[in-house]
Amino acid sequence: MSKSVLRSALGAAVPHRKNTAAMETVRMPLPSRIVLPVSQHIGAPAVPVVKKGDHVDVGTLVAQPGSYVSAGIYSGVSGTVAEIITLMLANGSETPAIVITPDGAQTVDPAVCPPNVTDAESFLAAVRASGLVGQGGAGFPTHVKLSPKDPSAIRYLLINGAECEPYITADHRTLLEDGEDVYLGIKAVQKFLGIPKALVCIERNKPDAIDCMFKLTARDPDVEVKPLPSRYPQGAEKILVETAVGREVPAGGLPADAGVIVLNVATAAFIAKYLRTGMPLTTTRLTVDGEAVARRQNVEVIIGTPIQEVLDFCGGVSEDVGKVLMGGPMMGVALPNTDYPVLKQNNAILAFKDKDSHVPEATACIHCARCINACPMGLAPVQIAAAWRQEDVAQLNKLHAELCMECGTCSFVCPAMRPVTQTMRLAKAMQRAKGGKK
Amino acid sequence: MRKLLVTTAPHIHEKISTAKLMGQVCIACLPALIASCLIFGWESLFLTAVSAAACVGFEALWNIIMKKEQTIGDLSAVVTGILLAFNVPVDFPVWMLIIGDLIAIIIVKQLFGGIGFNFANPAIVARIVLALSFTTEMTSYRYPDVGIDALASATPLAAADKMFSTPVVEQLLGTHGGVLGETCAVALLLGGLYLIFSGTISAVIPVSTLATVAVMCLVCGRPDEILLQLLSGGLLLGAFFMATDYVTSPYTSWGKLIYGIGIGVITCLIRFYGTSPEGMSYAILLMNIVTPYINRGIRQRPLGVKRQPRKKEGKPA
Repeated sequence: MSKSVLRSALGAAVPHRKNTAAMETVRMPLPSRIVLPVSQHIGAPAVPVVKKGDHVDVGTLVAQPGSYVSAGIYSGVSGTVAEIITLMLANGSETPAIVITPDGAQTVDPAVCPPNVTDAESFLAAVRASGLVGQGGAGFPTHVKLSPKDPSAIRYLLINGAECEPYITADHRTLLEDGEDVYLGIKAVQKFLGIPKALVCIERNKPDAIDCMFKLTARDPDVEVKPLPSRYPQGAEKILVETAVGREVPAGGLPADAGVIVLNVATAAFIAKYLRTGMPLTTTRLTVDGEAVARRQNVEVIIGTPIQEVLDFCGGVSEDVGKVLMGGPMMGVALPNTDYPVLKQNNAILAFKDKDSHVPEATACIHCARCINACPMGLAPVQIAAAWRQEDVAQLNKLHAELCMECGTCSFVCPAMRPVTQTMRLAKAMQRAKGGKK
Repeated sequence: MRKLLVTTAPHIHEKISTAKLMGQVCIACLPALIASCLIFGWESLFLTAVSAAACVGFEALWNIIMKKEQTIGDLSAVVTGILLAFNVPVDFPVWMLIIGDLIAIIIVKQLFGGIGFNFANPAIVARIVLALSFTTEMTSYRYPDVGIDALASATPLAAADKMFSTPVVEQLLGTHGGVLGETCAVALLLGGLYLIFSGTISAVIPVSTLATVAVMCLVCGRPDEILLQLLSGGLLLGAFFMATDYVTSPYTSWGKLIYGIGIGVITCLIRFYGTSPEGMSYAILLMNIVTPYINRGIRQRPLGVKRQPRKKEGKPA
């Protein structure tokens, strides 16, 4: 679908570096402990329902949803609750976290059994009970996403397998290894929510995954495989909706407002697994990569495993490590240390050598407009930065700074090495603080 | 484990820099420079080298005196020097050229804050100042290999006014009177195409400028002059190398289109109806000045934002 002539919105040709694409996922053995923060999702924090000394099994609820927009948290090990600590997350916020010491038995909670799903209501209840949040990275509770205001207006279910971030291959491996489950998950969502058409959206740099899904969906007229251009940020929800079905998500709205629901491939695969087994979300697939990692691979990890233990399992990191990221190099968060636990929606841990970790020095803006032409949202970062320097909130509103999704494209393409995305964040914060648009 | 570095995303960067972009422009200037050496002799290379060196020298000196961070590494001064040299005839006195470099770098660029802050293209302003101050020297062309004749004293554009004509082949190859970098259309096109296909510049400005000049020839009743107007004078050099200066041209493609059309129209008006045979540099300067207004008025539509009917100023949104 062609973009409007007034939007260049080129995005960026980021390097692929999909080093782990051909590697079978390895299951990581039990960690020495798991740490489960109660806030691993967008929405209200979950409320702990266990206390120090309690015994838990695999699949035991340890924190229940704090409100409708929230998600329950389940233990991925059998063992004892060691303590409940206050943990500072990588984004600086503090949250209670439940620490569990595994006993090694991995006994399954007797409450874990396949849910009885017969209609939309029981389906959504099951999804909610599974603790599922969007596996693409944002961590939005899936049952909320699947409950649009007007379900009959939803025409498309988009399954996001774009995976446009460099290095990360977790979704790619999900498509190859759990393609069947992805398909079954799609069918379940389509059936219970009555969505006529599903598109499996995969960037063209994953021909084997496109092939695999093509075969799985060949005989189903309601599910289509949609190969997408390999251009960052193809997997960003609004951009995906635009390229896949030619619809625009209205500013400030959700994909549902454009008649679309977008689910990550791992989210779809998990739905199928949960309907079959009733085992809540306790593991996640991680790409462990980066020049400082000894053994790059995809690992299936129990949620709550300390990142250091994941890195150790992958042969440790080299002496000259400079930066460890949770997530991809374009949008991932740099960690101050490796004690942080793996969260539900994590899909990558990357470790870079010191020489590749430093921020290039910024020089004067030459007004080349690369940021404007690349911005997938059609914003003008250079003008937004100017308005921010002048503290002109009215101008920031006019330039729609609030629509920035911080994909990092503008900083990536800037020849003057300016921190453009970082300035966009400051501009948005100024808008929020001074009563502008949010 | 050693201390980890914490910075905000993104954590990788495209292999691109201001110096690389400016280097691309320098590479694109090479065909015209080589052509100039073949047509006018090795003095062309000498003048270009002196001009580039003078620009770099002035910028370095300014940064030292003003205790600013050294910026000559971005190569933008080299580009300015080359382009200014391209605008003078081969017998132009070196000291005058250095005055031009001084005006370009110190007055037009550094006094306004250095790279990125100048409101007009430094090379263009310096060219205009030189043309007004040293009119005789700026128009004393050397004619390659042929002796003195009617064409020797004039560029094809000036000759056209006197009812002489330069064969198209000579215009393409540049074997006629003129300034260093303007005469050889083939070399300029080669360099221009390199700039476009290497992604250094957008094709919108040169294409819209050239197309507008062609249309203007038709509109003003000079259809037989189209090729002459397109191939001669500073049009190609200006359209590909000078008008496309990032700092002084609009951001968006639509803005660039308006800017290119503006340059084409003004150039033709000056060429057709003004006393000066050449108008490209004035056209670029005027459109440089309009650029901030174009940037204010022409923006791309953000994704998901509906076009709203124009509201009167002052009313709450």
